[in-house]
Amino acid sequence: MNLPFVFRLAWRESRAARRRLGLLVGSVAAGVAALVAINGFTDNLRTSVGAQAKALLGADLNISGRKPFPERIESWADSMLAADSAGGGAKARVTAFAAMAFVPRTTGVRLVQVRAVGPGYPFYGEITTSPADRWRALGEGGKVLVDPTLLPALGAEIGDTLSLGNSRFVIDATVNNIPGDVGVASAFGPRIFIADRDLAATGLVQFGSRVDYDLYLKLGDPAKAQGIAQKYSLPFRDLRYRVRTVEDDRQDLTDTLTRLGNYLGLVALVALLLGGLGVASATHLFIRQKLPTIAVLRCLGATAAQVFLAYLAQALAMGLLGSLVGAGLGVAIQQVLPRLVADLLPVDVTIAASPMALIVGISLGIWVAAVFALLPLLGVRRISPLATLRRTDEPAPGRRDPLTWLAFGLLAASVVGLAAVQVRNLEDGLYFAGGVGAVVLVLWLASLGLIKGLRRYFPTKLPYLWRQGLANLYRPANQTGTVILALGFGAFLLATLFLVQYNLLREFRVGGALGGRPNLMFFDIQKSQVAGVETILAEGGHPGTAPVPIVAMRIHSLKGALVRPPGTAIDTTEDEGDTAPPDSTRASGSGQGGPRRPGGWAVRREYRSTYRDTLTDSETLVSGEWWTGPRGDGPGRVSLDRDVADELQVVVGDDIVWDVQGALIPTRVASLREIDWGRFQTNFYAVFEPGLLEQAPQMAVVLARADSAADRGRLQRQIAERYPNVSAFDLSQVQQAIEGVLDKATLAVRFLALFSLAAGTIVLIGAVTTARLQRLREGVLLKTLGATQRQVLRILVTEYVALGVAAALVAIVLSSGAGWALAKFVFEARFDLPVVSLSGLTALLIGLTLVVGLWSSAEVLKRPPLEILRGE
Amino acid sequence: MTSSANGTMLSCEGLTQTYLSGGRRLTVLNNITFSLERGGFLAIVGPSGSGKTTLLGLLAGLDRPSAGRVVLDGHDLGSMTEDERAELRSQKVGFVFQSFHLIPTLTARENVQVPLELRGEPAEERAQELLARVGLGDRSHHYPSQLSGGEQQRVALARAFSARPQILFADEPTGNLDAKTGGSIVDLMTGLNREIGTTLVLVTHDRDLAAKARRMIRLADGNVVEDITHS
Repeated sequence: MNLPFVFRLAWRESRAARRRLGLLVGSVAAGVAALVAINGFTDNLRTSVGAQAKALLGADLNISGRKPFPERIESWADSMLAADSAGGGAKARVTAFAAMAFVPRTTGVRLVQVRAVGPGYPFYGEITTSPADRWRALGEGGKVLVDPTLLPALGAEIGDTLSLGNSRFVIDATVNNIPGDVGVASAFGPRIFIADRDLAATGLVQFGSRVDYDLYLKLGDPAKAQGIAQKYSLPFRDLRYRVRTVEDDRQDLTDTLTRLGNYLGLVALVALLLGGLGVASATHLFIRQKLPTIAVLRCLGATAAQVFLAYLAQALAMGLLGSLVGAGLGVAIQQVLPRLVADLLPVDVTIAASPMALIVGISLGIWVAAVFALLPLLGVRRISPLATLRRTDEPAPGRRDPLTWLAFGLLAASVVGLAAVQVRNLEDGLYFAGGVGAVVLVLWLASLGLIKGLRRYFPTKLPYLWRQGLANLYRPANQTGTVILALGFGAFLLATLFLVQYNLLREFRVGGALGGRPNLMFFDIQKSQVAGVETILAEGGHPGTAPVPIVAMRIHSLKGALVRPPGTAIDTTEDEGDTAPPDSTRASGSGQGGPRRPGGWAVRREYRSTYRDTLTDSETLVSGEWWTGPRGDGPGRVSLDRDVADELQVVVGDDIVWDVQGALIPTRVASLREIDWGRFQTNFYAVFEPGLLEQAPQMAVVLARADSAADRGRLQRQIAERYPNVSAFDLSQVQQAIEGVLDKATLAVRFLALFSLAAGTIVLIGAVTTARLQRLREGVLLKTLGATQRQVLRILVTEYVALGVAAALVAIVLSSGAGWALAKFVFEARFDLPVVSLSGLTALLIGLTLVVGLWSSAEVLKRPPLEILRGE
Repeated sequence: MTSSANGTMLSCEGLTQTYLSGGRRLTVLNNITFSLERGGFLAIVGPSGSGKTTLLGLLAGLDRPSAGRVVLDGHDLGSMTEDERAELRSQKVGFVFQSFHLIPTLTARENVQVPLELRGEPAEERAQELLARVGLGDRSHHYPSQLSGGEQQRVALARAFSARPQILFADEPTGNLDAKTGGSIVDLMTGLNREIGTTLVLVTHDRDLAAKARRMIRLADGNVVEDITHS
């Protein structure tokens, strides 16, 4: 085989291809950079979660629920800590709920998430404050620590008085960092921390208000946590408390973040595949240019295999170089990524180059370069030495080369394989490859259609220069397919992301902008306070809607079957525990095998239901009948949300017995409703007919509308002052919060999608540059025949604008389809096309194509005709 | 006629080449038969489209004939695969083309080295020596684009002779050169032919060049119309 010759040839032949080298290196580098960055970052995340696992939970063991801890849990915890031979155990309580914070000095008011923390919490990790070291001082009482975002929202400063329920606190410091906490969570309600001992005085934790109770345990021997959790999680679950350990948290978080990172990597993979496309297209045109050289080599006695190997070696070398450059770039980007997603992460990420991510990124880069170069390189074997005697521009077509099919197969398998490895899931790898394949196919068909259509229905009436430019789209050696594919894919990704985000947010925007729709919600109103709240609203000139009663309840039995057994006794004996076997009558088991049982979530959850005699405009009856007339004898009538009914496996006519604070209310399902949850109003899974729940303990919700932010602030303030337990939701704040969170959540995806656009641009540059010689020849001939520079420029502009328009149109049509499907089937949102923004994207693509095209063709304009003719 | 053992370098028998063109069969070469002795010097002449270049391509094994056979130094080209013929070319055949066909990314010396390297032989010294022979010893590091047409053809000649070929095929070697430069190329070729006994087969329009050959075959419409041997 004479390999030394092969390598020498590969090396020498690469000399004059510096420009191509740069492009191929760039093609590969963009994708590898994105891949190394995201995979390296995911790796860092995993490591950081592992390192900070204890601080995430703040304790060895956590028990949480929606009710105050009964005595037996408290005593169980105490006796367990006492029985711990290692000693050093401790417990701490945290109580969390929503309430209105009010600063009298500035009259600022805001819905906040209150956390009342007991001494000792957190046992692990450190909460940092500014001014520093104020956390431990919280226990002194009378102080409050707040999220930094709350101060500007209230117009307050450290040292101000903040009123919460019936109590007043001094704002002592802001909390900068809470281990295990996700930054964006504060957008929905800034957190404030008070001492556990100050809680009762606020009067905010009343019957019926929504409160989360947490008990944190520090064990003398942390290693025992997992065993304890395993032993008691079932009995605790029956009492409706959840037990978590550091290991649970670490596992959950690692799994979630790793999966997230892996799937984000798919976006990077798209960039790499586009780079592969660039490699393929550049190689194809390169081989066309090298045709005479290859023919001479064959003439001089080089075998097909030798020539093929020489160029393959070149492709591999460029793949390696591109991968190395990309890896370096990736490590640099890895430093930036945490800043984009910091608010979404519960841990501080320590950034370090990840050897695994580097190895994987570099290997994938080389592999993709080789696999994509393979197809055009196979043509090398068919170049006949006869071409030295007779000029041809194409490799001899010959019979269909069986190796071509093999190369195609390898390519397809590679895409599936790469995706499957990236997400560690073959099925998803297949879906990804299928999706990429479908998009490529559609883009390819579109470009083919454009070429065919243009040739067939060529606008012969257009001025000559336009015709010349348009004709370049279908002439031999045109770049139409490559450019539409390369630019179209990146644009498709970005446009789809944008469309989904736009349509999700639109639901809220429309709700907020529509005249007359409520934009303020007051909740947790006691029955005795309803009239007072209504009066304040009416006097302020913003009358509220009719109060909607809310009754908290759980399901007692479904179709005659009990869904929850009485709480199981808890024993602290370590061995031979009496974790009672699961009750066989219980329907909530998440048991595998056997007939499907009603879903645990729908069965066990707390329902907040209402009663009324009419449907609202966000509800549609889908089955059964709405009640009319007075309540008869027998079970009361209830109407369920269709999805919940599915979960519970009940249909119209089935019986459900509800447990309302101990009182059992028998009902029969009278109808099922479909609910449009996108509206800002009260919606309920279960609606009861009037006459059943009037006497039950209940809270009320009142909606109102005020157009100016000042009015909304004033109403909230007045009600917060008068009724501290009543909380208010300001739709515009919620809307801002959701926009902010969505924006942050999609930032990383958009950032990575930019790489596919970057890769697409490099491919575009490659396509334009490689076809440059042809353009040069044409332009010079035109100039020789008397065309002015302006005219040649007009031809080029027409060509590149047409290409940009074509790529943008195809991408937008395709992304509209994908966006519509996502909105309809995944997010269940209405779909609308933002024409203005999409026009912006189109303009961007046209501009990009034009700039790249003209920049690469500058030579056509500058070079004097003679110089090029002589060089021929 | 002599056998290959004692002197036949190249022979062809009933060589015919036809192409399908616009549904009609076009005969480019019609039943050509001749043989050439080792160390011979053959010029193939004829007007454009007479089949000269097609004949050269077939004789050198660059293409397969529609009918007939070619035997090159005892090897029947028709029974060999493309790669086997490539192997044979690298061992025994040199080429010179009208448009030089130097590899633009290689320097003059590297171009000359290619045939030697293909055979896995030490190349540098010999390439340098050959370049000196064609008067370009001091231009060995220049790229083809830095050389004039005549210089390029001289490099091509050095490349053609670098692996000491048994036979050299030349396609209009002076076609792109002025008379003087062309003359010097021809002198070089005939000189090397005499020195190492390389068989020369060249296709040309150039009467003066053809006149230097010891044998001349004239083609017209794919047929041999004249076959003259000068003694």
